[in-house]
Amino acid sequence: MRRFLVLLLIVTVAGFSAFAQNQPTKLTLWTFQELHLAFYSAAVKAWNTQNPGKQIDLDGQVFPYADMHNKLLVAVQSGVGAPDIADIEISKFPNFLQGNIGLVPLNDVIDPFRDKFVQARLAIYAKDGKNYGLPFHVGASVMYYNMDIMKAAGVNIDKIESWDDYVKAGQQVVAKTGKPMVTVETTDQWSYWPLIAEQKSDFFDPKGKVWLDNPTNVKTLQFLQDLVYKYKIAVTAPGGFHHSEQYYGAMNSGSFGSIWMPMWYMGRFTDYMPDLAGKIAIRPMPRWTKGGFRSAGMGGTGTAVLTQSQHIDLAKKFLFFAKGSKQGNIMIWQVLGFDPPRWDVWADPAMSAPNKFTEYFQNGDGAFKMLLAVKDEIYPVTLTAQTPDLTDMVRNNIMVQVIQDRSKTPEQALKEAADQLRK
Amino acid sequence: MRRSIGSARFSPYLFVLPFIVTFLVFYLYPLVSTVIMSFQEIVPGQTHWIGTLNYERLLNPFMYTAIWNSFRYTVFTILILIPIPVLLAVMLNRPGNPANVVFRGAMFLPTLVSVVVAGTIIRLLFAGSPAAIVNTILHPLGIKPTDWLLGGSASAMTLLVGMAMWRWTGVNIVYFMSGLQSIPRDLYEAADIDGASAWYKLFRVTVPLLKPTIIFVTTISVFGGFAMFEESYILWAGQSGGGSPNNVGLTMVGYIYLKGFQGGALGLGSAIGMILLAIVLGVSFLVLNLFGFFKRDEA
Repeated sequence: MRRFLVLLLIVTVAGFSAFAQNQPTKLTLWTFQELHLAFYSAAVKAWNTQNPGKQIDLDGQVFPYADMHNKLLVAVQSGVGAPDIADIEISKFPNFLQGNIGLVPLNDVIDPFRDKFVQARLAIYAKDGKNYGLPFHVGASVMYYNMDIMKAAGVNIDKIESWDDYVKAGQQVVAKTGKPMVTVETTDQWSYWPLIAEQKSDFFDPKGKVWLDNPTNVKTLQFLQDLVYKYKIAVTAPGGFHHSEQYYGAMNSGSFGSIWMPMWYMGRFTDYMPDLAGKIAIRPMPRWTKGGFRSAGMGGTGTAVLTQSQHIDLAKKFLFFAKGSKQGNIMIWQVLGFDPPRWDVWADPAMSAPNKFTEYFQNGDGAFKMLLAVKDEIYPVTLTAQTPDLTDMVRNNIMVQVIQDRSKTPEQALKEAADQLRK
Repeated sequence: MRRSIGSARFSPYLFVLPFIVTFLVFYLYPLVSTVIMSFQEIVPGQTHWIGTLNYERLLNPFMYTAIWNSFRYTVFTILILIPIPVLLAVMLNRPGNPANVVFRGAMFLPTLVSVVVAGTIIRLLFAGSPAAIVNTILHPLGIKPTDWLLGGSASAMTLLVGMAMWRWTGVNIVYFMSGLQSIPRDLYEAADIDGASAWYKLFRVTVPLLKPTIIFVTTISVFGGFAMFEESYILWAGQSGGGSPNNVGLTMVGYIYLKGFQGGALGLGSAIGMILLAIVLGVSFLVLNLFGFFKRDEA
């Protein structure tokens, strides 16, 4: 009897483990943007079809932006509770590169294809030669015009070359339609950062020193303030930033003439502002000087594998499949509308094939051609360990003080923040 | 003779053991740990001693704003949440009105609501657009639609204190009512015989005899005021910077969270915590002194 029971136990355990081996591996993924999760779900489907022996069951969780990064940081610091894969936004990424880094180096999966990437976009998530995050996009900033308003005001957007032209067009729009030409964010950085990057300036200089209060930055912040109060062509974004529900609602009902945001904002239009379908045209941003840059590489999400993961190898391979492979990069455009970071994909015919973005935007199928035209006009941004603190100050203090309250001049606000960071 | 563990010699220590263990693990160890951490720079897996550098870094406008906000919040909540609940408690304590029970329960209900839920709903009620509920209600009264949360320091403090009032009035009423129970009835009868008015009875009989309760409530309000965090966090949780614009809602504990957890600088967070401890100790000591707590009772 005893022997029979032992035999039964062995058979059960063996059967169970064989059964378990054929079960899909569960991977947890944290992100702060639900649109990204749609992409990862599509990527997992493709992976499972192509890798029947290594099925993945993806448990993707979406958290609010600040909460996700706080939770992840605490998990990394305490050594417990981290997911297998996590999206980490560019301005929070340096927080995870301190001390004993809790992210897995991805060099071995990247190296065979390294030269096919836009190098600047790999560098922002790297430290000491090790790559810790895979980028989603180049993040080229563009201008989105509401063509109904432009037509009503008689503005020809292809004639807008410089920022002076833009201001004049804005004044025409306000005079003829009574609607503001654009909104300026007061609690986020996307109205400000691309404008200084166009002028080859930044928050930190290429050596990593605080550069926040240099003359170009002061002049540009003054320009933003003037847009609202002197030229009167702009208002502060409803809700404070371009990802607020109030902004989506207002823009969707045709309240504003234009908005400058990176290409990755296209998905926000298609998913959150459906009434504007067919009315939005995308163009390069205006330039400051003749021959100046018309774009900037803005934002970014470095997706990383956590060292706490129980399935590091599988997670790395899946991550590279999703964001680093040719197929993944084409999906990045088709599902998310992002400009993928692998330049060898840009000329692929799949990039001009119809998808929900080409249908929504007036020049949707030409969006990629336009991107190719400005791809050399993107100045790389410098990230340092202080980037998170600095962007917090831009978001929480500087923009509010200068654009909303006008309690400080651009020079005062920038200098105070810079001095605090220099301590 | 073997002494068993249940004997009279060991059992006192056994009974005190749970408290001692809890005290050591959850109070003394974290306290000592925080003092040490405030002199260190802590990154994952590594700690370095940096002396008083953390404290020097705290001489910045964010810290001053946080201290000022916490201080103002505490003062306002004490000014509002002691006199009003005392009055309400006296009113609700009068016998003979059956509706009192209903009111007592209704006023206590907000305390039971989770702060997160309350904060989220208040954030939606006071949203900035003209279609938001509060703006809609105030419109016929002639008040223009305001962006309460993004509208600057005064508006933010109003919201925070308003929320505190809604939430804590009930609890304070309960405290004061239990204090009122201990006042002997015959004092009031004696006052009536002497022809005292209601105000006289209130200020000369009730309030002085409620003094121990008032001291208690004031002290916990000082702690509660300086330690306020969740209300401020939830009201501005939707902002992308993870905080209130221009720090109008930043409190000291909020600053600890911002630097210690959001920024990962646990050493700096510990330093802020030490300063908070010093401030709360100082203020409590002052308040207790003011109430004459440390004077010997005249026999």
